[in-house]
Amino acid sequence: MSTITFDVGRLARSEVRARPASPFRDVVSIAGRALRAVPRELESVIPPIFIALFFFIVNIGTLQRLTESHIRGFDIKAFMLPTAVMIGVTGVSRAGALVMDIQGGYFDRLLMTPVKRLAILVGHMVADVAIAFSLTIPILIVSLILGVKIHTGPLGVVAFIVMAGLWSLAFAGFGYAIALKTGNPAAVNSSFLLFFPFLFMTSSYVPRNQLSGWLHGVAAWNPVTYVLEGQRSLVTSGWHATALAQAALAIAVVGAISMSMCLAALRGRLRQG
Amino acid sequence: MHTNDTAIRADGLVRDFAGVAAVDRVDLDIRRGEIYGFLGPNGAGKSTTVRVLCTLLTPTGGRATVAGFDVATQPQQVRLRIGVALQEAALDPKQTGIALLRLQGRLYGLSKPEVDDRLTELSKLIDIGDALGRPIATYSGGMKRRLDLAAALVHNPEVLFLDEPTTGLDPVSRTRMWEEVRRLNRELEMTIFLTTQYLEEADELADRVGIINAGRLVAEGTPADLKRSIGNDVIVAQVDGHDGPALDALRGVSGVTGAEVRGDELIVSAVNGPATIGAVAVALNGIAPVRHLTLRTPTLDDVFLELTGNRIESSHIETGQDNDLVEVGA
Repeated sequence: MSTITFDVGRLARSEVRARPASPFRDVVSIAGRALRAVPRELESVIPPIFIALFFFIVNIGTLQRLTESHIRGFDIKAFMLPTAVMIGVTGVSRAGALVMDIQGGYFDRLLMTPVKRLAILVGHMVADVAIAFSLTIPILIVSLILGVKIHTGPLGVVAFIVMAGLWSLAFAGFGYAIALKTGNPAAVNSSFLLFFPFLFMTSSYVPRNQLSGWLHGVAAWNPVTYVLEGQRSLVTSGWHATALAQAALAIAVVGAISMSMCLAALRGRLRQG
Repeated sequence: MHTNDTAIRADGLVRDFAGVAAVDRVDLDIRRGEIYGFLGPNGAGKSTTVRVLCTLLTPTGGRATVAGFDVATQPQQVRLRIGVALQEAALDPKQTGIALLRLQGRLYGLSKPEVDDRLTELSKLIDIGDALGRPIATYSGGMKRRLDLAAALVHNPEVLFLDEPTTGLDPVSRTRMWEEVRRLNRELEMTIFLTTQYLEEADELADRVGIINAGRLVAEGTPADLKRSIGNDVIVAQVDGHDGPALDALRGVSGVTGAEVRGDELIVSAVNGPATIGAVAVALNGIAPVRHLTLRTPTLDDVFLELTGNRIESSHIETGQDNDLVEVGA
């Protein structure tokens, strides 16, 4: 049997008064909570990194002889590094945690505080980017161990990681939009289906000019194609403005779409109360 | 008109969902330092009203102010001044209690020393002890309620909303909670808006009670005034069957103003209970064997029955009568 005891006399002496926090502080507070949850939810980060490394190594073993013997100067390890990273960071987000907050009522508690509404979303996304960075680094380390050389040097590594993080964020927006729109964990999980067309109807396994027929056409419209090509340029050939600009544009377009959906879903959720 | 003495005010407050009014032209005027009980059955509109007043929902009609600020146009100002413990403890089960309270303090703009001070005060206040360092998922239901209350108080709010605070608590915890609500009100002069479906709770705690049914405020006043307003005493006869003939027999008894069957009880309203109870016993004699006959003063449930034709415990929003507000007392 639980009992409740209070010492209200001490509370009466408090002069504390609430005041609005800055947007930056709001974002840091929400992101901090999201990041502190990660060690308790390793199931949300271990599988992505395992799958990424698994495909990285297996694909190299499967395709090395075939590709390197048929394509002059082709380095399958360097080629597969961006693919592995994209597999690792695409779909990694705290949208699942957000939907649990909605279902459990904690989202309402946040909304009843003076926290800026957008900061709730941005805080989660900042955490996502940090997680994406931290997932990219071990894959990069494994690739360096396997002998991959990053042509653009340390600055290129930084650009590579940033690109992975931003792509992860752009894709995560779809999960948040579904989370806010539906408040349903199953629906959020179904956003994973987007992963397949994005990651496999593109130049994940062979260069775009080796794709044939309809897949070649689809890959030309798939933004992931340009992100992969931008990252590959950093790894294999150097600073190519066109490839990097196209990658940035692809991320921006996907991000603009997903974030617009997110904001609309957030507005709807706030209206719905 | 809003005055400095007004903590919560609503004028014709409406909130509808797809054209169905969950809150229908509700007027409230709650003074600072008052405990206001908002009483009604499930689905009557209590929680929707709280969600509007706490800025979670925008009103679709009318206007409401809390702590002097408009809930629709100045929601940030309202949020700074209210604490809310909703019906279901709104907690993150994976956080520890201390992490939740710290985050809550940060979101209210408190500095680290202020948060530390408040944590010291609140950890004594809610008596959770070492459990504050454990994940909330490991807490009992009562501990979650206490932590939820602490989270509502971390920024020292002016107005505290408690949405069915004792639902699910055992009787001892419920009684303790009542005492602490009184102390929060008495010693901190905190205005408390308390929704409940427990008649006894509203009776025990509230300075004034508003009774809501089908989204409309149907009566408002002190518990004593509300009960006095229906004027009648209540005679309860526990009988073994024969409800129909018993009701017929009671209709002819002088002083009886109404009778209804509730389970195995006949609830008889009488202008003068002591003078009528004998006649009721005689009328039932030979028609329905009476096991128990008691005389009592009206309860808030009787008030609700008088106003809506339903009991609070069995009513639902679908009952929706068109009731007019009954103003009672000073």
